[in-house]
Amino acid sequence: MTDAAIRPGAPARPTLSASEALLKKRHRAEKLFRAQGVAAIVVAMIFLVVLVGRIVVQGYSTFETHTMTVPVYLNPERIDASALEGVNYDYIVAEAVMKKLGVQDDDLGTVSAKVMDLTSRDFGFQLLNKVKADKSLIGKTVEVTGSVKADADLYYKGEIKRSTPEGDRKLDDQQLAWLDKLKADGTVKTGFNTRFFSNSDSTEPEQAGVLGAVVGSAMMLFITALIAVPVGVLAAVYLEEFAPKNRWTDIIEVNINNLAAVPSIVYGLLGLALFINWLHVPRGSPLVGGLVLALMALPTVIIATRSSLKAVPPSIREAALGVGASKSQTVFHHVLPLAMPGVMTGAILSLAHALGETAPLLMIGMVAFVPGVPENFVSSATVLPVQVFIWENASERAFHERTAAAIIVLLVFMIVMNAAAVILRRRFERRW
Amino acid sequence: MLTWLSLLFLALFSSAAFMAGRGRAVKSAGGAAARLHSLPNYYGAYAALWAGVPAAILLLLGAMFGGRVEDALLQAQRPAAVSALTPDRQAVFFSDVQATAEGQAASEVTYEGALKVAFDAKVAEARTIDGVVRYSTLGLAGVLALIGFFLAVPRVNPEFRARNRVEGWIAGVLIACSVSAVLTTLGIVLSLIWESWRFFESVPVLSFLFGTEWAPQIAMRADQVASSGAFGAVPLFAGTFLVMLIAMLVAAPVGLYSAIYLSEYANRGVRATIKPLLEVLAGVPTVVYGFFAALTVGPLFRAGFNWLGAQMIGGPLDGVGQYLGEVQNQMALVAGVVMGIMLIPFVSSLSDDIINAVPQSLRDGSYAMGATKSETVKKVVLPAALPGIMAAMLLAVSRAVGETMIVTMAAGLQAKLTANPLDTVTTVTVQIVNLLTGDQEFDSPKTLSAFGLGLTLFVVTLGLNIIALRIVQKYREQYD
Amino acid sequence: MTLLNPLASSLSKGHAMPTENRDDTLAAPHAQAGAPALAAAIPAGHGHVTTSEFKIRARDVNVFYGEKQALFDVSLDVPAKSVTAFIGPSGCGKSTFLRCINRMNDTIPSAKVQGSIEIDGADVNAKSVDPVVLRSRVGMVFQKPNPFPKTIFENVAYGPKIHGLASRKEDLEGIVESSLKKAGLWNEVADRLHQPGTGLSGGQQQRLVIARAIAVSPEVILMDEPCSALDPIATAKIEELIDELRSQYCIVIVTHSMAQAARVSQKTAFFHLGKLVESGPTEEMFTNPRDTRTQDYITGRFG
Repeated sequence: MTDAAIRPGAPARPTLSASEALLKKRHRAEKLFRAQGVAAIVVAMIFLVVLVGRIVVQGYSTFETHTMTVPVYLNPERIDASALEGVNYDYIVAEAVMKKLGVQDDDLGTVSAKVMDLTSRDFGFQLLNKVKADKSLIGKTVEVTGSVKADADLYYKGEIKRSTPEGDRKLDDQQLAWLDKLKADGTVKTGFNTRFFSNSDSTEPEQAGVLGAVVGSAMMLFITALIAVPVGVLAAVYLEEFAPKNRWTDIIEVNINNLAAVPSIVYGLLGLALFINWLHVPRGSPLVGGLVLALMALPTVIIATRSSLKAVPPSIREAALGVGASKSQTVFHHVLPLAMPGVMTGAILSLAHALGETAPLLMIGMVAFVPGVPENFVSSATVLPVQVFIWENASERAFHERTAAAIIVLLVFMIVMNAAAVILRRRFERRW
Repeated sequence: MLTWLSLLFLALFSSAAFMAGRGRAVKSAGGAAARLHSLPNYYGAYAALWAGVPAAILLLLGAMFGGRVEDALLQAQRPAAVSALTPDRQAVFFSDVQATAEGQAASEVTYEGALKVAFDAKVAEARTIDGVVRYSTLGLAGVLALIGFFLAVPRVNPEFRARNRVEGWIAGVLIACSVSAVLTTLGIVLSLIWESWRFFESVPVLSFLFGTEWAPQIAMRADQVASSGAFGAVPLFAGTFLVMLIAMLVAAPVGLYSAIYLSEYANRGVRATIKPLLEVLAGVPTVVYGFFAALTVGPLFRAGFNWLGAQMIGGPLDGVGQYLGEVQNQMALVAGVVMGIMLIPFVSSLSDDIINAVPQSLRDGSYAMGATKSETVKKVVLPAALPGIMAAMLLAVSRAVGETMIVTMAAGLQAKLTANPLDTVTTVTVQIVNLLTGDQEFDSPKTLSAFGLGLTLFVVTLGLNIIALRIVQKYREQYD
Repeated sequence: MTLLNPLASSLSKGHAMPTENRDDTLAAPHAQAGAPALAAAIPAGHGHVTTSEFKIRARDVNVFYGEKQALFDVSLDVPAKSVTAFIGPSGCGKSTFLRCINRMNDTIPSAKVQGSIEIDGADVNAKSVDPVVLRSRVGMVFQKPNPFPKTIFENVAYGPKIHGLASRKEDLEGIVESSLKKAGLWNEVADRLHQPGTGLSGGQQQRLVIARAIAVSPEVILMDEPCSALDPIATAKIEELIDELRSQYCIVIVTHSMAQAARVSQKTAFFHLGKLVESGPTEEMFTNPRDTRTQDYITGRFG
């Protein structure tokens, strides 16, 4: 084998050393190419880790919150029982906190103003509601628990640092000292942030939560699923099982493939022109959002359904037709049930995709500030990805933390849906 | 509410028709169901369909378009006092009439004199029209249901081919569903063309497509400075192109190389780990990428360039240093890079499919010649897969052009004609979002220009997709 | 080799007979002149023969695909400058064994090869052996013609290019021309060298693939059912070509057709259920099989 036999007519091999050098070069090229492939994978994975890691790092602190519990003396001098709405409850709360801190307000009210910077306005609303419910409380002391203001929260979490020059931070040294004191004497406690899940959007970061957006997303997905899944599945059944092969069905086929690649924002324009301007569906409602996303999800549902119908072997159809079943009976009794796991997997995946969609919803007016849970399908609503967009635009730093937290919630929902699809596929997948 | 109630009632009536049809079939067969042509339930279904479906369709149409019919009827006759108003005021007048008639809060405009008289008259008229339209729809639906019932039930006899008839209905529903996809396209095309047409009435097509200045601010008052906007979209096209180019420079090599590695080198275990992870990257919503771009990558790049600039200042590259020191968060590079990251899994999975479609026999042929793996990939597999990979890249380009959230959150709003990746640019999609969020007036070119941009975007992406899908189809046929 | 060389040339002379005579009988192959000489040259039982007479020596080869064992203790010698045919029913391991010779099984992740296969006394599975080099010396032709989707010229030039066999363009052109000539394709494609190889007919494609294999001047050519996808006329041409190439290369051919084995080969090995049942001179195998399974197979009782 080593004697590279030189036969007449055969091309001469290069000398041994030359071919060895060439071989080395070729193997180097091989290693380099392989390394490039590995590098590409590594780069992609680094992006994934950095993306997810960064969001978790930015957002996890939202799930921790600092609440303050103070006994508030409902001073009858300050509370006019005949005009409960007009009372300055924030000041009453500030008085209680100042008492805890052992400081006195000055004539200009600078101290109380600084103290008010530390507590959420939620305290005031709580007091108002208590007094409204029971006027006899006036003159008594009640215990109120609420969040500290977002900036104070950020200080406790180390986001606002003492080392920053005083002028560059929202809270001055005195306020920081107060916060330390309140923390030390147990007035401020650290706990899990349930408000983030039980509140809806708010102008004040410490009060803002995702409940409204979660409910809005659920309502919108409900509409989307209600329309896109049945229509998509039936359309696929027709195209795959019934449709004759002709120009018309060719057009439909090409059309569906192209629709799946139309930018989502174009669906938003369609929704705006068709549903809002023409059909007068209320702007920014789960109904119109669901309709637009249904149109968007339709082609993917059709494509997924068709491929799982294709995977059902023709022998099943022949067997059913052979015992005298009609075409529809064959399809609806045998083929479709067998294809169902694949169909459901495809449907869940396209719904998961719809859940994360933002751009078309901006077109149909879903960018409004909606402070509550949507009441019905035609009332104004917000959804998780749009909530992310709105909060990202907010200037307060505390909202950035919440944006990341809302993303985590969104990603959790998407992971759950994807996991459901994977489980469905693993569980019921059939190999023919 | 009335619609829901009537639909519920209709459903009950339809079930009754089902029972009637079924019962009649069984009775006509003398209790021996085997004598029937079809299963008894098919007779029931036949009757139920005829009794329920036409009426239900009418009710739904009524719910969708009833309001528009009422509007048209109400506005058909305009009292002189109303006609004297400006068109805007007339619209307010009629929306107030509607609101008052429905017992909702009207606008704060107060109507006096002749207008007040007209207003009250119209409110009364609106209530009448509303009643007439509503109840006539209901009545008509009731009649339809009854006609359906009495048409279908008497036809039931043992020889009647109920199953075939029901299957005809099913086929109809299936066809309707598959036509919905075509209708969606038609809807997109028509709505874009219609609104764009209105836009191009005030802005010539050529100056839109080839104009180099984009400033869509339209003054509220005619005497304001810069009262007419400029609608030259070239800076937007350029910005879109620049961001797309940067994205593809990131996504194409990384995506293609990972596809090659996964399909040619990786063992099963690696594939089983990496592919789902790439799918995770693909499943991340674009708004998340936008957030990442705006709050992580943007500041990072800015800090990096500013630092680099600080090193250069005073040196031979002082000018460059000065420039780098002033770079802002919102640059084309940030949006492009993050969009590239988003496209990696897209390019990778498409290329993976394409590469896997290259028959193993070609690889075997090359290995048998003594080619190394990389030689096989570079000289046999990739050339064979080239058309497919080109198509995958075109699809990725189409995605990049149509991508909205990343650029909205990370690119800027300033329409600049520049090729500098460190500069802030704006894209077609950013402008669409920008023009259509917030308050809209549907007769100003500012709002309508979004549809002009949308139409351009649709045409471009559709063109790319059609070409790409055609190439892929031909490619697959070649190896099938 | 020296022993076999004059023999081989005499064999090839003896074989230069018109194609139409070949199909005459199955039991009496065309090697009337050559076979006795071959039988005389090789003593009964191949264990005693020195390696130099045989190009390939395989000892106790076992192959596993994952859990499944595909080959059981195969030991076989393949003579140089002649055609050896592997026959047997489908799934009997003949292709698997063939793919061991140039280590094509390396490309299947689950495949595991045990035992030794030597070419000219060097173990192909040794760590020091580079499969890339090995395969440049052991060419292979597959069941379905698999020309690369490139021009005819590029198809043939592929091997010389990657192995650096030609430094100048003229050299490359020379190699392409001589390879195509040897493969008997030159006259048909000389005027369209720069058209895609995939545009040729099936038989032409298979000859193109053979030319591609020849272009790197291998010592051994493995053919895995090279005619199974071809029509009878194209098959005849390929068989003719194999017969011509025999004078220069050691050829191993896997075939489904016993008639083909009888027509083209000098030695035949019969595989059954992953085991080598019997091997020997082709004439002997077909006229006087020692094993009943061989007999059953060649008389068409199974397979």
